[in-house]
Amino acid sequence: MVEDVIEKKTVKVIKVDVDKCIGCRACELVCSAFHAEPKYSSTNPAKARIRLIMDEFNDIYIPLYAGEYTDAECNGRNVYTIDGKTYDECTFCRASCPSRDFFKDPDSGLPLKCDMCLDDPPLEEPLCVQACRCDALTYEEVEQEEEKEESPDEMETGLQSLVKKHGTKKVMESLARISKEAD
Amino acid sequence: MRYAETGYNLEIDLSSGNIERVATDPRDMELYLGGQGTAAKILWDRVGPEVDPFSEDNLLIFSAGLLHATPVPSATRASVDTISAQTGLYSHSLFGGFWGPELKHAGYDKIILRGKAKGLVYLWIHNDKVEIRDASHLAGKGTMETAECLKKELKDAKVQVAAIGLAGENRVYMSSIEHYNSSASRGVGHIMGDKRVKAIALRGTKDVYVAKPAELFDLCNRQYKVIYDKGSSVMTHSHNEAWHTDVFAWGFARERRKGFWNKELEEEWAKVTDSVFVRYNGCYNCSIDCHATISYPGRRSFSYKCYGKLTYAMAAYQDVAFNYDIMGLTQEYGLDSFSTPQVLAFACELYEAGILTDKDLPDFPEDSGKRFFYLLEKIVRREGVGDALANGVYWAARQIGKGAEEYDHNTTKKFEQVPLKLGALNYPYFLMYATGAKMNITQIEGSFPQNAIPDKERRKAFVDKWEAAPDKFKKIYMEWEPRTQPPIDAAVAIADWNETMHYIDDSVGICAFVSAFKGQFNKSSYHINNYPEFISLASGLELDQDKLWETARRNRTLIRAINNRRGMRREDEKPPHGHWKQRLPDIEKQLIDEYYKFKGWNEDGIPTKQELDRLGLGYVSQDFIKRGILTDDKASPAKETSA
Repeated sequence: MVEDVIEKKTVKVIKVDVDKCIGCRACELVCSAFHAEPKYSSTNPAKARIRLIMDEFNDIYIPLYAGEYTDAECNGRNVYTIDGKTYDECTFCRASCPSRDFFKDPDSGLPLKCDMCLDDPPLEEPLCVQACRCDALTYEEVEQEEEKEESPDEMETGLQSLVKKHGTKKVMESLARISKEAD
Repeated sequence: MRYAETGYNLEIDLSSGNIERVATDPRDMELYLGGQGTAAKILWDRVGPEVDPFSEDNLLIFSAGLLHATPVPSATRASVDTISAQTGLYSHSLFGGFWGPELKHAGYDKIILRGKAKGLVYLWIHNDKVEIRDASHLAGKGTMETAECLKKELKDAKVQVAAIGLAGENRVYMSSIEHYNSSASRGVGHIMGDKRVKAIALRGTKDVYVAKPAELFDLCNRQYKVIYDKGSSVMTHSHNEAWHTDVFAWGFARERRKGFWNKELEEEWAKVTDSVFVRYNGCYNCSIDCHATISYPGRRSFSYKCYGKLTYAMAAYQDVAFNYDIMGLTQEYGLDSFSTPQVLAFACELYEAGILTDKDLPDFPEDSGKRFFYLLEKIVRREGVGDALANGVYWAARQIGKGAEEYDHNTTKKFEQVPLKLGALNYPYFLMYATGAKMNITQIEGSFPQNAIPDKERRKAFVDKWEAAPDKFKKIYMEWEPRTQPPIDAAVAIADWNETMHYIDDSVGICAFVSAFKGQFNKSSYHINNYPEFISLASGLELDQDKLWETARRNRTLIRAINNRRGMRREDEKPPHGHWKQRLPDIEKQLIDEYYKFKGWNEDGIPTKQELDRLGLGYVSQDFIKRGILTDDKASPAKETSA
C-alpha cells in the first residue's frame, strides 16, 4: 500500500526583475570569480552560470541562469513578442545545449549549471544577488509544503511489471524454481 | 604568472598587415601601472617629435586599465592615446562600457595600431584569432549601426564593438570613437579614421588572474555597497537643470543666463525626457547607472550622461528636445558632444558677423536649431566651408580668415574648452586650464571643492566625513576664507592633487565618476587612501600612498615630456582668453612659476634633469639633452613653437 506524506521543503528563489536591470554584468563577473579554482583567483564572464542576454539596440536585458544540460536541440523555435519587443525562445531557456555556445566552459566545453553559490558555510545570498545593487536580482527562501508520494522500492516496481506481463502464477513458479536452484 | 594585467600587447601594422602578440615587461606595470601610463611610455619610445599625426608612424593605442576585468568595481574606462592632428600634441581619451575588460579577456592589455590600411577595414579579435577584415560594407554607417551589423555578422551578441562614424572616416577633428553607452572624444577619432579602421570588434573568453583572490574579493564585495550608497548618478537622473543652465555659458560660450531655469521649464523638459527615456544603464561591473538611454522618434537610440544632455541645446539656444534630436544623429556620426556644439555655434557667429556669407552657406536657415543640423551635414562630409570647420575652431578660424581669428576665444592649445564665463580668477583652475594635458577640465579637476562652505561648523562636518582627503588638504580647506582665493602654495597643491587622482584613475581604468571627479562632493569611492590596497591585492604590486602618488607624477611628467619634445613651452600655457573677467598677470605668473617649481620643471615648463632622473625617466633627460631641449638641468635654449 502506497501512502502520501506532507513534507516541508525550503526552496531557494532568485527573483529577476528585468525592468530594474542596468546591464552592468556584475552578476556574471562575481559568478565566474566564485567558481574559479582557487576561489576568486580569476574572472571570466564566459564561464559564468548567469548570463545577461543583452540586445542594447532593442532595450533587452535579461539575466538568465544556467540550468540542466541537454544533448538534444529543440525541434522548433518560438519567437515571443512582449510589450512590442521580440525575444528569441532561447532568451528564456536555461539549458546548456548544442544549439548555443553559452553555459559551457569555453575551454573544455563541459556544461555549467547554477548551484546558487553552494558553499560551506553557506552564503547568505548567492553572490550575483549581492552584487546586484539595483535589485534586478533579489533572493528569497520560500518554505513549501510538498505532497510526497512514498514510492515503492525498485524490486517491487520490477516485480509488479513482471506480474503485469506474465501473470502472477507464472512469476510465482519461476520464483520458486529460482530460489530452489539458489539453495 | 602575471596578475591584473595579461602581459601581452597586440601590435597591428595596418600598412603591412603584420599582426604580433608581444609580451610586455612586468617592470612597466610597476613604473606606469597601465592604461594611459604604459601607453605614454610607448608613445615616447616610438613616436618622435618629427612624426606627423597623419603619417603611418603615428600610433593609435587602445589600452585596458590595470584593474579592468578584475573584481574591482567600476574599472571600466579604456584609454585611447595618440598624437592629435588638431593640437599636434599628445591626445588622450577614455571610454567605458565593456570594451576594456573584453580586451583583457581576449588576452591583451593593449592594441597598438601603426600604419594605414589601404581601404576601410575592421579588426576582428577573438582571443588568439586576429583578423583585419574588409569594411567597405560599413562605410558611412553610423557608430551604433556598425556595432549592430558586426554583432550580427559575427553571430555573437557579446562581441564588443568600438567604431567611428562618418565624421571619423572623414578625419573630422571633433570625431569620437563610440562604444555602447560611451564615447572616446577629445581628438582620437580622426586618427582612427586616418588609419582607415572603421571598428574594432572584440570577443574574449580567457581568465584574468588576481594576486590575492580572497582578500581582494572581500574588499570588492564591500565596495559595491560603498559605490552604490554614494550614488554618483544624480545629474543624469535629475530633471533639475538649474546648475548647467545657470552656470555654463550659452551660444558660442558667450553668455551666462542666470535665473534662466524655473519650475515651469523643469516640468516642460521633464515631460519631454519622460516621453523619450528608455532606461538608465551602467558600464561593466559598476552599479552607478549614470547613463540614460534615449529613443527619440526617427533616430537610433543613444546614451548620454550628465551635461551631455544640454551641450547642443545651450550652444544653439534651443531646448532639451532639440538636444535629444540632434544627439540621435551626432552619436551615429561619431562626434564629441563638448567640442562639436562649439564649432557649430562658432560658424553661426561668423555668419552673423558677415565673415561667412550665403556664398559659403547657401540656403542657410533662419532658425538656430536648423542651422546646427545644416552645418553638421557639411562638417561630417567636409563639404564646402565644412572642410575648414571640421578642423575645429582654431584651425577653421585661420583657414577662413577675414577676421575669424578674433572669434577663437575659447580654445587652449588649439582645443575647444568647456563653455564657461566666470568672474573672479580661480587660482587652482587657472593652473589646471593652463597646464593640463587632458584638454578638458572635467578630466583634470574634482578632488578639491570649488567653494568653501561658508558656515564653519558645516565645513567641519564636511571635513570630518572627507575620507578621500590627505590631512594637508583638510587643513587647507578649513583655513580657506570663503569667497577668497587660497594662497598660491595651496592653489598649486590643490591643482596637483586634482590631476594626480585622474592620472591614477586613467592608468588603472577606474571611472572618475566614482573617483577623481567626485571628491569635491565627498562622493569618491576611490581615493589616495584606499587605492593602494585595491591595486596591490589585484596586481601584486607593493604600493603605498606615497609610491602611488609618485607613479602618477611619473606618468604626468612623461606625458609632459612628450609634449615638450613636440615643442610645447610655457608660452602655450594659457587658459581661454575670456574664461574669467578678472585677469591678474602678476599673480598668474607667480602661479605658473610656483607650479613648475613644485613639479620639478624649469621656468620654461620642461622637467629638469634632476626631476626626470629622480622619477626613473633618465631616458627622457638623455633625449632632452641630446636634442638641446635641456642643457644639463637648466632652462631650454630651444625656442620651438607648438606644432
